[in-house]
Amino acid sequence: METTAHIDFIAAAYAAAVIVVAALIAWVALDHRAQLRKIAELEMQGITRRSAAAPGRPTEQAAESAREQAKA
Amino acid sequence: MALLDLANPSRFLKFANSVVPWLAGVTVLVFGFALQQAMVAPNDYQQGATVKIMYLHVPSAWLGMLCWSLMSVAALGTLVWRHPLADVTAKAAAPIGAAFTLLCLVTGALWGRPEWGTYWVWDARLTSELVLFLLYLAVIALWRTVEDPSRAARAVAVLTLVGAIDLPIIKFSVDWWNTLHQGASVFRIGGSTIYPTILMPLLFMTGAFTLLFVTLLLAAMRNEILRRRVRTLQLMQANAAS
Repeated sequence: METTAHIDFIAAAYAAAVIVVAALIAWVALDHRAQLRKIAELEMQGITRRSAAAPGRPTEQAAESAREQAKA
Repeated sequence: MALLDLANPSRFLKFANSVVPWLAGVTVLVFGFALQQAMVAPNDYQQGATVKIMYLHVPSAWLGMLCWSLMSVAALGTLVWRHPLADVTAKAAAPIGAAFTLLCLVTGALWGRPEWGTYWVWDARLTSELVLFLLYLAVIALWRTVEDPSRAARAVAVLTLVGAIDLPIIKFSVDWWNTLHQGASVFRIGGSTIYPTILMPLLFMTGAFTLLFVTLLLAAMRNEILRRRVRTLQLMQANAAS
């Protein structure tokens, strides 16, 4: 059987894989940015978790990271 | 950091923030190597070049089942031990498992048309795989239906454990029933029936897909923890306003 006999099906399968993987990566990345932005907005309004009151806790780091992203 | 420390969501966030970028880098490198191996692998003597679809189809089928197995363990964690990360894992894993199961079905159809002469038959393997995809959609819908995350987690855990019955059906469907889908050829008693020059790229691709899955899962779990923090802060805001 020639290599090119069913090239359409092979190309379609790899295209489907690229679409699915790209969609998953985009979903995870965009969701991450959205959650960090929401936390930053809430913390800027003075709403802070009691356990995150100490400096350097992850929530504050997330908010700081989101603020930096927003500036960029 | 001890493994048990990761049960704490804050420590898990710290762990995920440091590990995800490295895992992503390793995944890209392994994918590059595995794809190169898949492209230079010889054609099958009967199927020709369409065997290259196998390098996508088999890993995505494996991940679809692995993901549900992981969700089943997480379901036990939710119902029995009430582990803080169990329902986070289950919720984060569901869309990823659904995506890989969908990819398995699509690549299977595109492989079936040139080899079997049809995109789809209602045989036991294909139908049980479709049932798995529908179960994933049901789990995602259930998470969105129940507003309280802890109540949703318990309902999803029950559905996940019931749905786990489909896993052995998928695996052994080709042995229990007369199916158009071929029997087991990679993991079977007596060893693989695939020639090493085709088998090795398949194992590399399976490794690359598994690394991708782990990376996406850790990132999605991180997002889910942050989403719960947002919810907590919003509840605090609502309480302060009332």
